Amino acid sequence: MKLNKTAVGWLNVTPLLAIMVPFFIMPIIVVAIASIMQTDGFGGMFMDPTLENYTYVFQSALTYRLYFETIKFAALTLIFSAFIGFWVAYFLVFHVRSKLLAMGLFLICTVPFWTSNIIRMISWIPLLGKEGLINQALMAMGFIDAPLEFLLYSDFAVVVAYVHQLTIFMIVPIFNSMARIDKRVVEAALDAGASKFDIMRYIILPMSKSGIALGAIFVVSIVMGDFFVVKVMSGGGTASVVGAFYEDIGVLQYPSAAASAIVLTILVMLMVALILRVVDIRKEITQ
Amino acid sequence: MTKSTKKSNISRRGFLKAGAAAAGAAAGSGAITGFPTIWAQEIKDIELRHVGVSYSVVKAIGDQAAKDLGFKVTMQNLDTSAAINRFITQPNTVDICDLEGWQAKLAAKRGVIQGIEAKRIKEFDNFLPIFTKGELDGAKIANEGISPYAALYLDGKDSTELHDGVSEWLTNVPQVYNADSIGYRPDLVDHPVTEWKDLIDPKYKGKAAILDVPAIGIMDAALCMESAGLIQYGDKGNMTKEEIDKTIDKLIELKRDGHFRATWTTFDQSVQLMAAGEGVIQSMWSPAVAAVRTKEIPCIYAPVNKKDGKEGYRGWCNGMGLMKHLEGKKLDAAYEYMNWYLSGWQGAFVSRYGYYSPVPSTAKTQMTDTEWAYWYEGKPAPEAITDPYGVPMEPAGTKRDGGSFVERVTNISCWNTLMDEAAYMNKRWNDFKVA
Repeated sequence: MKLNKTAVGWLNVTPLLAIMVPFFIMPIIVVAIASIMQTDGFGGMFMDPTLENYTYVFQSALTYRLYFETIKFAALTLIFSAFIGFWVAYFLVFHVRSKLLAMGLFLICTVPFWTSNIIRMISWIPLLGKEGLINQALMAMGFIDAPLEFLLYSDFAVVVAYVHQLTIFMIVPIFNSMARIDKRVVEAALDAGASKFDIMRYIILPMSKSGIALGAIFVVSIVMGDFFVVKVMSGGGTASVVGAFYEDIGVLQYPSAAASAIVLTILVMLMVALILRVVDIRKEITQ
Repeated sequence: MTKSTKKSNISRRGFLKAGAAAAGAAAGSGAITGFPTIWAQEIKDIELRHVGVSYSVVKAIGDQAAKDLGFKVTMQNLDTSAAINRFITQPNTVDICDLEGWQAKLAAKRGVIQGIEAKRIKEFDNFLPIFTKGELDGAKIANEGISPYAALYLDGKDSTELHDGVSEWLTNVPQVYNADSIGYRPDLVDHPVTEWKDLIDPKYKGKAAILDVPAIGIMDAALCMESAGLIQYGDKGNMTKEEIDKTIDKLIELKRDGHFRATWTTFDQSVQLMAAGEGVIQSMWSPAVAAVRTKEIPCIYAPVNKKDGKEGYRGWCNGMGLMKHLEGKKLDAAYEYMNWYLSGWQGAFVSRYGYYSPVPSTAKTQMTDTEWAYWYEGKPAPEAITDPYGVPMEPAGTKRDGGSFVERVTNISCWNTLMDEAAYMNKRWNDFKVA
């Protein structure tokens, strides 16, 4: 039997659909429906379509402050993790001669990530606290008289924890795209008299773009969807978008939580679309 | 989101030792005799899933129950909000649900629990009247918030409305409760704390911490505001929007002045904050204070006895509810399980944490005289005190903060609750967080 082209096409996308439909599209539809329902205040929901949940989200100054905070963390994390991730990958690809050693070092990069996120986050507390190692060391060396309080339970602490958790998501794709840069191109540029800076600017950076973009998608969507790091590392000093609607769920306000979730989903999709618009990942990867 | 108990501190060895000691105590006292062997054949395939917060649904207790009763008991821990969400949205995945008063009210309203027959609860008549009548020694127990008594009775087995006053049907069987207040470092705070207003005293700027579970954090805050004479409340357990606004605005003002070093959500965080010297005064739970002390760091649980219509502890109580789907042998087993809880072993166990049993008369039979004197009577401990897992806690001669059991519970001024304006309050609480 010979299948026609359309059938083959459908068969090709079946695995993807089999995952996307039950695990993404269906839940989103359920949440979207919940977001236009109403609640009786006791966890019961009834269908009397309303956009009130959305108008509340958009009219509340709280929403904008929460988004400001969360986007701020996403941006800061993105900047630092991209910077660190880029140089780590660069070192591994261009400075480590032996392929085996590079792979070995690359694997070592992942070692800290064998423990849970939570442990990696909590371990910062004894380091950064008022009576923590850093403050004690600085005080013992006479650099400061009183402990630095901004180290823990602050925006600083949140960013440190995020960067620590998420840099690997930058290293892996950047390493991958850099590894595919033909070394002869760099040699040719050198022979033609290009400076190191030019090589970086015209060859390495443009050719690692897809890796940076992929990493950015991971980092941005994880930070936007997280609330736990913010909660613990800021010492409750600030809140996050997801944290706020998790608390709505805690008091059984499902419709308003659902509306906030839909708004967040759309926003994250826009952010990803923006990243994809800046870098055409598909084109870069298939090159 | 969470309260988690101090399980992390328990070494396996300590646990085994305690288990052996407990088994010895049980064998010695002869209080637990097991159930008829014919029954044992039929029930051995039964499994009860008891689901709730970690400080109430404790694995060591479930293990002991399974051993004594002969059927399987699985303890599953979730945080408060995840728990109530699971009871309501997936009631069939739970057999025994862990309920606070306000959760009992919600669960009844949603029809996910069935009424418990009071006459099948053997020790029901020995319950402290705090729970069954809303009073103790003739004194009325506070009814701000949702008191265990207010949420105890149902009209009938399948009723979805709470019953005002006493009836034959219960929403839940109370099993553990306590009175929460403030913990402080006596070495860093210059006077004994007996009033909530000290928590917002500018003297402790940058060294104070507050509980970040909106529903109860707001009550702690209200106790502070009321104590400092800043705000007067009609009912701290059910605030009006205006009262919520005033409270949150004041909290925001304090936060902008740098008053709070942090807020905490879990038991461990509160211990950590205090032990590391990040905070010197914070709203806190009794076992958390004890946990700080076991690190040999001085910490006192403030006795905030009621005075002039102010102050008082914030009380809470967790009970066991029966999910609607339970029937037949499994339902019988669930009743046996609940009766086992009230037979003493569990009461003694939670008492060694610093919590209380609603049937102290049976708990007493499983406790040493030393333990009873220290935990319930508020007397100086005749001998050293150890925690439920056998880890030394207090040397002989120590007196429990807050005095006797009666002194503490009669000084409860409000109970954990879910306010009518909970959704509004949550939003305002987040305003405080991002301020």
